[in-house]
Amino acid sequence: MYLSELTALSGVSGNERAVRNFIKEKAAPYADAVEIDSMGNLLVFQKGTGNSGKTLMLCAHMDEVGLIVSRITEEGFLKFKTVGGIDPRVLVSKRVCVGEVGLSGVIGRKAIHLLSKEERKKAPEIKNLYVDIGAKDKEEAESKVSIGDYITFNSAYVPFGGGLVKAKAVDNRAGCAVLLDVMQEPCSWDRVYAFTVQEETGLRGARLCARRVKPDMALVLEATTCSDLPETDKHMMSTRLGGGAAISFTDGTTSYNRKLVQRLYQLAEENHIPVQYKQTATGGNDAGIIHVSAGGILTAAISVPARYIHSPVSVISLVDYEAVKKLTKVWMQEVSHAELVTDFM
Amino acid sequence: MQNLLQTLCDIKAPSGCESALADFISEELRPYADEIYRDALGNLIVHKKGPGKKLMFCAHMDELGVVATCYGEKGQIYVAALGGVVPHRILYKRVRFMNGTEGVIVPDGDENDVLKNIKMGKLYVDIGARDEKTAKAMVAIGESAVFVGDYVDQGDVIISKALDDRAGCYALMRGLMEAKQNAQDVYAVFTVSEELGLRGAKAVGVSISPDYAVALDVTRTGDTASGPKMSTALGKGAAIKIMDSSLITHPIVKERLKALCEKRNILWQPEVLERGGTDAGAVHLTGGGVPSGCISIPTRNIHSPGEMVDKHDLENVVALVTALIEEGM
Repeated sequence: MYLSELTALSGVSGNERAVRNFIKEKAAPYADAVEIDSMGNLLVFQKGTGNSGKTLMLCAHMDEVGLIVSRITEEGFLKFKTVGGIDPRVLVSKRVCVGEVGLSGVIGRKAIHLLSKEERKKAPEIKNLYVDIGAKDKEEAESKVSIGDYITFNSAYVPFGGGLVKAKAVDNRAGCAVLLDVMQEPCSWDRVYAFTVQEETGLRGARLCARRVKPDMALVLEATTCSDLPETDKHMMSTRLGGGAAISFTDGTTSYNRKLVQRLYQLAEENHIPVQYKQTATGGNDAGIIHVSAGGILTAAISVPARYIHSPVSVISLVDYEAVKKLTKVWMQEVSHAELVTDFM
Repeated sequence: MQNLLQTLCDIKAPSGCESALADFISEELRPYADEIYRDALGNLIVHKKGPGKKLMFCAHMDELGVVATCYGEKGQIYVAALGGVVPHRILYKRVRFMNGTEGVIVPDGDENDVLKNIKMGKLYVDIGARDEKTAKAMVAIGESAVFVGDYVDQGDVIISKALDDRAGCYALMRGLMEAKQNAQDVYAVFTVSEELGLRGAKAVGVSISPDYAVALDVTRTGDTASGPKMSTALGKGAAIKIMDSSLITHPIVKERLKALCEKRNILWQPEVLERGGTDAGAVHLTGGGVPSGCISIPTRNIHSPGEMVDKHDLENVVALVTALIEEGM
């Protein structure tokens, strides 16, 4: 499992190179061909053991949410914008790495005793935050950082509790790690592993992959929200940590094929793989653009639940990770039945 | 023929569960088609071969609904919206799940508190289950439901759930049945998941890559106390869309539709809709662009279980679709 290595890499949307290089190297022994398209999507092609001529596309996005430097102040602080959806409340007092060299920095905000009564009641806004890299003035900061440099969370992969892991970027290095783990499995269909770019900024990379590959079926591996936490109504808990692989039946971008969803769930149960439905209908993932591409593609999504997703301290359970991996393997066997695609109509 | 519309309206087909409706339409149109097939998303494509350009019609099969997300200890079924369901409009409305189970949408807590900040998470479906176990046996997670709204034929109007867009499906079916010939290569597409963002249309626009596209869908009217400020009204004929927020009708299509109405004495009215969109919005941006338009059926109370259309308007829409199939773009 490469989750620890993958989460350590910086890969904010639009800057996925380090992640792509790592995956490309690890996938090479199992690939019949490897391609990188004009946007930076990595496509790994694998011939199937059968001759059905059918293709399964397995998709995971490489990018993570992060920040980008937008201005350097006279005092040498970095103003920034978010890349992908980040709750500004999670940013204050966090450690970050800036630019290609990973310059150390911390995120600061005006101290509480200087805040007005009104300001104390409100959540911080991005415009009120800055990154402090310890520069004494603008000139020194500019010698180390440029506008447009990416900023990632500085947060180590730490196992804790009963089989849990804390890390940044588990959305979606978890999906990438699953794909690397299942590449050795045989499958009668041809497979294309699409490691996509810029999912967090609007499913941009997956659009090209779907059009390029035109698979008979697509499976999206993801990390999804997990809100099994205090002060949350039970029915608003999207998934539960340790509850198993989370299958989406509908979300903000896709209404998944009902028969396909049911078959996946049933397969998990038959194989004693822990499984749960993602029980809220919001959010989205690469499936949203894949399923409407190339004349329509049958698409499913399986996710690893992640507490505090899109923050430096996302938490997942290795039980869930294993479940997603096993279900993906089982699904690769299942698609061997040639009539499968028409079965779901 | 009213029976055809009633059957279409009565079939349960929320977004993502359109296959029973597709089965029905497919059977009815078999005698009138050269080929009928479905794509990977479930779009039903009825092809009537002809010479020259590809003329594609779209009418969406899906209707608004809700989908079960999880259970409560007292047997509650919590649901999420499928399509543009407005929470304050659905309190105490009845829903029917795909498996036939019926329930009532009720507040999750004190009614007055819920009404202050109403949202889907503060409502649930009461199916009469006495506990979670019973509820589980009756409705599975992921099971979808539609709103209950009986079909009524009353004077000039039809009142029913799902006239959005069974009225469009009906007009397209009648056009195919009644056209004596077709001037062009006609694709009649009954699309899926329009209510979730024109999803089915995005796929067929690419796979069929038509030369022209015309959507058949409902539009709002300005003839009620609650309606938007617009000229479109019940009883004033087939509405030729000028624009909505997804599309400006291509001049070729707009002028052709008007000319056909004048030629065949079909009553028509222009439609300018400030907010809303149809499958044509998705299709016209596919490939290198597709000249597209929309023939609309003026409808009151859209996205409620009591949608209302005028029978004469519907006949005018049927006549216009028939004319377009017979004479081409």
